[in-house]
Amino acid sequence: MNDAAILKSGVTLAVIAAVCTAMVALTFRLTEERIIGNEQAWLERSLQPALSGLFFDSGVTESKVVIPPPHELPGSQAALIYRVYAGDAPVAALFVVSARDGYSGPIRILIGIDVNGGVTGVHVLEHRETPGLGDRIESTKSDWVKQFDGHSLVDPDPAGWGIRRDGGQFDQLTGASVTPRAIIKAIKETLLYFDANSDEIFADAATEIGSEEEKP
Amino acid sequence: MTPPGISERFKTGLWRENPGLVQLLGLCPLLAVTSTFVNGFGLGIATLAVLVASNGLVSASRRWIRSEIRIPIYVLIIASLVTCIELIFKAWFPSLDRSLGIFIPLIVTNCAIVARAEIFASRNPVGSSIVDGLVMGSGFALLLMVIGMFRELLGQGSLFSRLDMLFGGEPMRGVVFTDGGWLLAILPPGAFFSLALAIAAKNALDRRHQKKLRGSMARRARGQSR
Repeated sequence: MNDAAILKSGVTLAVIAAVCTAMVALTFRLTEERIIGNEQAWLERSLQPALSGLFFDSGVTESKVVIPPPHELPGSQAALIYRVYAGDAPVAALFVVSARDGYSGPIRILIGIDVNGGVTGVHVLEHRETPGLGDRIESTKSDWVKQFDGHSLVDPDPAGWGIRRDGGQFDQLTGASVTPRAIIKAIKETLLYFDANSDEIFADAATEIGSEEEKP
Repeated sequence: MTPPGISERFKTGLWRENPGLVQLLGLCPLLAVTSTFVNGFGLGIATLAVLVASNGLVSASRRWIRSEIRIPIYVLIIASLVTCIELIFKAWFPSLDRSLGIFIPLIVTNCAIVARAEIFASRNPVGSSIVDGLVMGSGFALLLMVIGMFRELLGQGSLFSRLDMLFGGEPMRGVVFTDGGWLLAILPPGAFFSLALAIAAKNALDRRHQKKLRGSMARRARGQSR
């Protein structure tokens, strides 16, 4: 190629890059508002399973605290805590944590714990467990995750937080014990963390444990 | 040479040169997302849209593009289009977008798209290239839907479940035949088996058609010699 041809190629590339960027920018502008709305709606919907039966003020999604790793909660990813209040009184804390020991990759779980340390609800947000076996942890596929509702560290005591085969109190899933074990362990660790840190968790938003912005 | 008519070109895209069944292009998304009809449909439509638009743009700019830089330009065009489609999905079909996950952005790597840009759109006028995108994209999308239906039927015992991901509303279970199904069909090996069966079925149909054709030709030849 001679210089003129190189120049021409460069200009062509630049023009096409500019056109493509403009196209993406325009689409982004047109969709931005809807996408933000959808994500907010999805977040609120995904917190619902841990909020049923509670009376609380709106704005739960704004009370988020992000705890970057390393932390004492399950998982090596950042953990999230949403604090739920009624007026000034704390009602519950919703944790988004990762169970590490699943069958394939981390399992992202939402765990709701009320001020008295009782589980208000558990919901699996993201996982890659085997379809038909481990994936029955999803609330749309079976009621397995509902069995934890109302339980706490005193009912059963910490030793009882396991599947029956391991001497615990809870059911496993037919054909799958690794996944249930991982989830029960994550719930237990979260309960222990809540037990030790509940004052700090509900302390004024000004003394946030972490302030890094991150998507759930 | 007169260009073939639209119906002839559809036959080529949907059957004779189907990107998935015959050219075996874009197998990664084909195998990965076809566990249900609605997933296959979603990715099929997204790929179709990208293919039509990229063929159109590549063809429209073909006169200014020197052949040395054509590949980076295809990449630019395809990547931007896929980003746009991803944003559109996130805005209007958020749950379908969640269900398809990484496979929407990965449309960029679907070699069926760059292949059509290189083989067809860079050498043909805009209108004809858009038609090419339409027929090839439909061929790919239809295959995704057929395999999705097949695997969903075997694996979950249902058809058209979760159509709410397209139209909104409460989660729908679709037409349920039995509860549960043959697990293997939804697992990755099921995708390979289903594709193999689809290819085998196509080849069998083609062979039967050819035999019939040969048979009728032979009869005609006998008739003439008499």
